[in-house]
Amino acid sequence: MASEPENNEINPIPTLEAGAPSPLVAALQREHPEWLAEVIEAFDEITIIVPREHLVAACSFLKTSPETRFDFLADICGADRGVEEDPRFEVNYHLFSTTKHHRLRLKVVLSEEDTHVPTVTGVWRTANWHERETFDMFGVIFDGHPDLRRILLPDEWQGHALRKDFPLRGYEPYSLK
Amino acid sequence: MNSAPTIPPQFEIVDRPLDTQMTISMGPQHPSTHGVLRLELVLDGEMVVKATPDIGYLHTGMEKLFEYKKYQQGIVITDRMDYLNPLGNNLAYCMAAEKLLGLEIPERAQVIRVLMCELQRIASHLVWLGTHALDIGAMTVFFYCFREREKILNLIEAASGGRLTPSYFRIGGLMMDLPAGFERRCKQFLDAFLGAVDEFHTLLSGNRIFQNRTQGVGRISAEDAIDWGLSGPCLRGSGVNLDIRRANPYCGYESYDFEVPTEPDGDVWARYMVRMREMKESHKIAVQALSRLKPGSVKADAPKVVLPDREAMKSHMDALIHHFLIITEGFDVPAGEVYFPIEGSKGELGVYMKSDGGAKPNRVHVRGPSFINLSALPVMAEGEMVADVVAIIGSLDIVLGEIDR
Repeated sequence: MASEPENNEINPIPTLEAGAPSPLVAALQREHPEWLAEVIEAFDEITIIVPREHLVAACSFLKTSPETRFDFLADICGADRGVEEDPRFEVNYHLFSTTKHHRLRLKVVLSEEDTHVPTVTGVWRTANWHERETFDMFGVIFDGHPDLRRILLPDEWQGHALRKDFPLRGYEPYSLK
Repeated sequence: MNSAPTIPPQFEIVDRPLDTQMTISMGPQHPSTHGVLRLELVLDGEMVVKATPDIGYLHTGMEKLFEYKKYQQGIVITDRMDYLNPLGNNLAYCMAAEKLLGLEIPERAQVIRVLMCELQRIASHLVWLGTHALDIGAMTVFFYCFREREKILNLIEAASGGRLTPSYFRIGGLMMDLPAGFERRCKQFLDAFLGAVDEFHTLLSGNRIFQNRTQGVGRISAEDAIDWGLSGPCLRGSGVNLDIRRANPYCGYESYDFEVPTEPDGDVWARYMVRMREMKESHKIAVQALSRLKPGSVKADAPKVVLPDREAMKSHMDALIHHFLIITEGFDVPAGEVYFPIEGSKGELGVYMKSDGGAKPNRVHVRGPSFINLSALPVMAEGEMVADVVAIIGSLDIVLGEIDR
């Protein structure tokens, strides 16, 4: 997980002081404490781990609230912490505001047995292809997605390529059966 | 859903008998799809009713490969993503790693990074201009653009040794300093470049055919553009004044004097004008960067991360040891995760990097601007003529190497 850099190099980016949450996080903590399972502030970036049942509500709020105005979904990407880890998968949502120019990362963590996340295509339509890519590479299923198909790999592909237990190299030619 | 794509009512799928509609597959070998993009078009006569992009023909698993390579080896992979803007990819990757490491980059290296990235942005826009005009039917522009691009590639080759895949930036600075005479050659190019941009305008901007093919075609409103995550010139073509160089400055961009060109119309013509004006702004930044070049080091003072000078290795034992360790074992990067966005030539190029404390990244994800810009193609293409789809794809300036990764 994210932590402060351990080396003693000079850090040009001022990191937020430990114990003093940013105004954005403080406001969220006051109004919707149930949305914030964990807050990590490191490398001058804020990460909020959101329970998945509150994801869509939190996203809609962050998009429309005049203090946050995260109207631009920059990126969604999955990550695999490792085969033994539980929760194993995480889905990162990188939010950006075109007016306030600040950024926020939302994170949803998932166990291997239950890789369902509600879709945010209803909040930002750009999430469509991001979610398809995450489904393709990690097998994360986005409930309610309008068109959840593989996007980079063929439809007949077996497995999810960016999982840690998927091999880098194969020795048999891929053929369409 | 605030607004559905606007299809004229006479072309609604449900109200038409099936035999007037035809599904055709455009690509992946179609020359105007800029690589291996395939579009599934549902046509009603010449009108596009539905457009579905099909991608993945160039998928090479780069994000998987990053996890098996040391941090410094990953730089080479980034070159192959957006192969028209390799220095931008290098920069985003290196700066993400530098953010994790907390490295401070010397002033000269920052200035050279800005200079090279702006030259690369011009080169990328020149390929866009040449191929976009070629798609629409104006062949001459292509030769003029590639004449200028050749000069930039020669400059990049002089600095790094590579033309298409330079890998010039390293984590902690640059591969090496600029060669002797580079500044003179660069100045020579920049002095003549504004005249070349005027030539492009003479060839295209006043051309009635080009205007009719582009004006009012492929419109997308500012709200839709933001909702669909468009970035870079495509977003600014819809009138949104957003540039990562201004919004989240890096490499000292806040100290350069340049404008962010925007056009309000959101059509192919607006995106064309934004890029044409951006070339002049990039030229402006490059001239400023060139005047700021002061002698100094181009590598950060971090012996465990940055390779030592060749001369130092011959005389200092510790330099030799550090060199050996970096090459054989790599360097450990503190655990954590960062997302580093830069303004690439096509939009917001972001690198998400997650480290578990070792010498290889745990996860690297690239937010390719072409990937997101292409996802909005159906919004722009539906309701247009099939011939205009080519113009719209050209105006998005996609590179399939980045989309498929």
